[in-house]
Amino acid sequence: MAFALQTRGLTKSFAGVLANDHIDLDIEEGEVHGILGENGAGKSVLMSTIYGLYRPDSGKILVRGKEVSIASPAQAIHCGIGMVHQNLTLVPHLRVFENIILGHEPRRGFFLSRQEALRRIEELLAETGLQIDPQIPVEDLPIGLRQRVEILKMLYRGASILIFDEPTAVLTPQEVDQLIHYLLNLKKNGKTIIFISHKLKEVFALCDRVTVLRRGKKVGTLSIQEASPEGLAEMMVGRKVLFRLERGQKPGKEVVFSMEGVSTPPERGKALRDIRLAVHRFEIVGIAGVEGNGQTELAETIVGLRRVEKGKIYLNGEDITSLSVKERIRRGVAHVPEDRHRRGTILDFTVMENLLLGFEDQPPVRRGMFTLDVSTLRNLSSSLVREFEIATPDVSTVIRSLSGGNQQKVVLARELSHPVTLLLACQPTRGLDVAATEYLHRKLLELKNQGKAVILISADLDEIRSLSDRVLVLYEGRIIGELSPESDEYQFGLLMGGKTLASA
Amino acid sequence: MPRLSVRRFWEIPFLAEAVAILLAFLLGSLVLLVTGYSPLRAFAALFRGAFGSRNAFGQTLTQATPILFASLSFVLAFRAGIFNIGVEGQLLIGALSAALLGNSIKFLPMPLHLPLALLGGGLGGALWALVPALIRVYLGAHEVITTMMMSYVAFYFTSYLVNYPFKVPGWVAQTNPVEPTALLPRILPPTQLSLAFILALFFAVLVFYFLFRTHLGFQVRAVGLSPQVAENRGIPVASRQILAFVLSGFVAGIGGAGEVLGVHEKFVDGFSPGYGWDGIAVSLVGRLHPFGCVFAALLFGMLRAGGMSMARVTKVPLDLSLIIQALVIILISAPRFIRVVILRKKGM
Repeated sequence: MAFALQTRGLTKSFAGVLANDHIDLDIEEGEVHGILGENGAGKSVLMSTIYGLYRPDSGKILVRGKEVSIASPAQAIHCGIGMVHQNLTLVPHLRVFENIILGHEPRRGFFLSRQEALRRIEELLAETGLQIDPQIPVEDLPIGLRQRVEILKMLYRGASILIFDEPTAVLTPQEVDQLIHYLLNLKKNGKTIIFISHKLKEVFALCDRVTVLRRGKKVGTLSIQEASPEGLAEMMVGRKVLFRLERGQKPGKEVVFSMEGVSTPPERGKALRDIRLAVHRFEIVGIAGVEGNGQTELAETIVGLRRVEKGKIYLNGEDITSLSVKERIRRGVAHVPEDRHRRGTILDFTVMENLLLGFEDQPPVRRGMFTLDVSTLRNLSSSLVREFEIATPDVSTVIRSLSGGNQQKVVLARELSHPVTLLLACQPTRGLDVAATEYLHRKLLELKNQGKAVILISADLDEIRSLSDRVLVLYEGRIIGELSPESDEYQFGLLMGGKTLASA
Repeated sequence: MPRLSVRRFWEIPFLAEAVAILLAFLLGSLVLLVTGYSPLRAFAALFRGAFGSRNAFGQTLTQATPILFASLSFVLAFRAGIFNIGVEGQLLIGALSAALLGNSIKFLPMPLHLPLALLGGGLGGALWALVPALIRVYLGAHEVITTMMMSYVAFYFTSYLVNYPFKVPGWVAQTNPVEPTALLPRILPPTQLSLAFILALFFAVLVFYFLFRTHLGFQVRAVGLSPQVAENRGIPVASRQILAFVLSGFVAGIGGAGEVLGVHEKFVDGFSPGYGWDGIAVSLVGRLHPFGCVFAALLFGMLRAGGMSMARVTKVPLDLSLIIQALVIILISAPRFIRVVILRKKGM
């Protein structure tokens, strides 16, 4: 078997910490090879070293059996290696074709040859089956299409080994399906693909073989036929991971939270139309739907950030339609926002300060008229850090330096640190690794089994179906239908596409 | 691990600032040499003028006082995400309010008259800040523009008042002197150093306490760092911005009042050489922390007092001291550069 890319004993450390410890990697010609691992396992460091962004401390890289020295991305590209980064590196103001040829512009004498560029891009498009208008400015494209531009850019430069660094982290499920489709197409055209992910489902849909990393070391390489989700998860995390979580308690009869015919005006987003829903004690209600169908607006309406035009919202029988965010927090509305960097945490605040947000004007931390009792805050924070297993050096550590999973745990710890009536969890596990996802799922179920009401808004249908007692589907700002989590995927697909069950 | 120890070395607190100050003096020497003066003699005169005698020391602290007030004012607004460029205007209005309250009321005893005049100064500044605060929050005009314009209005308005309606007979455009019952006691005679300096230190502690030890200050900081998160956690964003803006104006106003009641004993047209503007730079040098401001203000007070004396003794123009001030600001606002100088290594 011919190998497209190999590493031998590749080692890289940062400030004394081994990020990659003697990694031997064998990528076969023409395969899709998955690199799996939790956050911090060393996947990105390994790929960045291969792509010439870091110099290895020791070890070597072989391309098609020949040892090469890669000191810069330019040299990597010269060896036929291309990389699509997690954060795309496109110039927003430039058009698609301008971005693709950037740095490798075809020239006619002193001038840029626009025809030549467009002709070669058309060729590439035909070859790969990618569809995109080369004349559109990149800033007008959704993120999924931008990624295609990035792929074209690599192909244009003649890359035959393509590295994708967690390409699906920023995509919607539909975009993920499309990407997988295109990647399989590239493989058919003879390209070798290295696919970094911690999402098992994608790995199984795409990869021929996988290599698992944990804490900087290679755990093993196996073909997808001999792998199982449970086995891979255990290799990644280092212990058994529960996939099937027991739902536990049946939902109760008492309604905790309800929305009755709520409509909102279409300011800053989608209008909600005639939303009716009820959440009971011991119940998780899932809200499914393609993103952009009113999920954000629904969440904002529930927590009190959005003006209601028509209809009523009740919490424990009390009309809270016109209550402020603060008054809803006081009544036990807990909220894990969908964007933890923009809405959930202040990155320049410490762990302790983030845990206080929203409760700073309440005892026991507030004493007297104005004073904050810092030592009480410190003690409470330390016990929350312990209880929620937040990995942080100290409660005075700035939260920016924590991993995504730990940041999300801070949000959860804050929201559950005061009595909860209703928990609204929006995309709670987006971007989190397997262990953190499992932890969060366990917490949601724990809360439900304490008799709380939970609303789970998620674009991840598997997450919704494994946790919810009932699922509502949101489409164009309306609740278009209700399904049991056991309904088959086809029915979900229909509703999410806007077709009601009756009309289907 | 040599690398680790290097890293710890530059993490010594305030090392970057110390190096910046040192570099500023080195570059200043270069300027002196080029212009034909002896750096050694000039700097000796500067330090003697700043610390060499009771008088010099008093001058340094006197000069530092209004700058400290102004920098605290800027920090308060900045922490709420507001760029209060109009500290100078708020300081001038505060000064005039204090002067008028100080010289027009003749029947109050000192324990009432002095606080009243000070408070009046603070309220004057607060009111001057309230206008751009409301415009920002309700009409969306950016405060950098509005506060700067309000500063010009304040400058010419106070100047008009002391040149015409409130002018005392004589050559100088100034108000009637403040009654003795409203004067801040001098604390280091015969220098002009007054209780205003102690008051400024007290305000540094107060601003620190407000920002880091009260729930309102916590909310202000949250709003400053992320209005979206603050809103999501039920913090009233607009009202906290207004609060911080008005408090910022209040502190600036007290600073102006301190000058009138402690140093000049009346409002003299053009008494401020731009304390408000200096305060903005000083608060940046002080890393936007109230206690950092104390040190930065003392440094600038020293450069001002020492610079004036240096100009008298050595004929080196005052501008040199201003050059050093400017170099300190530039170098401190370039932390990356300083780190490179310390480490002699790129990109660490």
